[in-house]
Amino acid sequence: MSTTLTQSTQDNASFGGIQARATSTMNAARIAISNLDFFYGDHRALKGITLDLPDRQVTGMIGPSGCGKSTLLRVLNRMYDLYPGQRSTGQAMMDGMNIIDPGVDLNALRARIGMVFQKPTPFPMTIYENIAFGVKLHEKLSKAEMDERVEWSLTRGALWGEVKDRLHTSAMGLSGGQQQRLCIARTIAVRPEVILFDEPTSALDPISTLKIEELIDELKHDFTIAIVTHNMQQAARCADQVAFFYLGEMVECAPAAQIFTAPKEKRTQEYVTGRFG
Amino acid sequence: MADSPEHLVKSYDAELKRLRGMMLQMGGIVESQLTNAAAAILERNNDAATAAVSDDTKVDALEREIEQFVIRMLALRQPMAADLRQIVSSLKITGDIERIGDYAANVAKRSIVLAQYTLPFPLAGLGHMLSLVQAQLTAIMDALDSDDADKAVEVWRADQAIDAIYNALFRELITYMMEDPRSITPCTHLLFIAKNLERVGDHATNIAETVYYAVKGESLPDTRPKGDTSAYAVVRAKDE
Repeated sequence: MSTTLTQSTQDNASFGGIQARATSTMNAARIAISNLDFFYGDHRALKGITLDLPDRQVTGMIGPSGCGKSTLLRVLNRMYDLYPGQRSTGQAMMDGMNIIDPGVDLNALRARIGMVFQKPTPFPMTIYENIAFGVKLHEKLSKAEMDERVEWSLTRGALWGEVKDRLHTSAMGLSGGQQQRLCIARTIAVRPEVILFDEPTSALDPISTLKIEELIDELKHDFTIAIVTHNMQQAARCADQVAFFYLGEMVECAPAAQIFTAPKEKRTQEYVTGRFG
Repeated sequence: MADSPEHLVKSYDAELKRLRGMMLQMGGIVESQLTNAAAAILERNNDAATAAVSDDTKVDALEREIEQFVIRMLALRQPMAADLRQIVSSLKITGDIERIGDYAANVAKRSIVLAQYTLPFPLAGLGHMLSLVQAQLTAIMDALDSDDADKAVEVWRADQAIDAIYNALFRELITYMMEDPRSITPCTHLLFIAKNLERVGDHATNIAETVYYAVKGESLPDTRPKGDTSAYAVVRAKDE
């Protein structure tokens, strides 16, 4: 008796169920930062930062206090110009213009790059005037055009439904979350290209926070967004790419899924898992 | 993460340690199930067979406990990066360990039937297969314990040897059955036993892949070196 064996190879399904692939692709840079240094007097607060803010996507910036993430945000719309002894070198290019160039028209720059702060900062005026105030600085609009712009801004700011019947009452009567959405609407009203958020929800309750996060998701269809946050879960929820800063350096920048599942750098790993120090 | 500094929240570290401990405990029970199954077959030890079968409930209970613990950790700790990978991997690994326990118990059950037959051939090949499979299981539990990605890769590669023995046993057993139809019952049980052991080897490689991912944050390549060709094997008598 003899035996013959016919055979061929086979492939089993591969392991891949929990593999975190960096699926998100990044758009072209709206702002291309390269080799950017920033000094307060002798203190070098930013060290050779190179980072793209991709067009109509959200860049999250995380890192411990004093790491330079807020400083970078403030450099991008020249918030520090009034401070004595400050100086920056390198490039932050937007449409061929270097943002840190002393010759840049700051009013025009800040209309193109808007900013939303940690604490809501409504002006002590009516809701309508809060929106119209900034617009008037940059554009001459008729009453009808301004009405339209106010409605558009408040709609984009996810606030219109809640305030349309009380546009001419004081903005100070709004809740914290509503005030923050008003500030976002006010920023949008001058139709910027880039919006910088500096810890926009740290003073808000969880539901107001989720409303702002949902709003950021909506806004990224039209605006390039950078958000500084101390809340890593928030960066994970909102951002397309996340940059981790430490002691003035940008340690790592990668798609959010990668930063939070398999960061490349040991310091990033230790920070996002809460093992820092 | 064996080489990471401690977590800022100590109770989180304690939970990660407890999770790892439960997995290793589960692995230890399954290793002893397999040892008992081997004794049941090779030494016709009925007590060992019974022990292997009854340990299965302990394994199932631990699997449920680990599942609940993982869900709790995901909800309460919101783990990130290496912690997230370890916690999610635990779910997959315990699933594999639980299956290995099932196979060991099944091998032990079949040994009880097998003990009623006098086999006219030695079980040397099966004995060798058993020792290889046990060594694989021990090695992958060590890799899991020490976050050793290199050792996991060794286990992943070594499965080919088990497949080769399985193919040889498959042919051998079919030949015995063709020679003497009275051997069909014990040989069929032996075929299933060999198949179960081959599956144990595959689950060990699954664990190896998961350990590698948990440690490194990236996957092993899609195709593993494989040697199980029995699905395509045809054994013919000479006069056909």
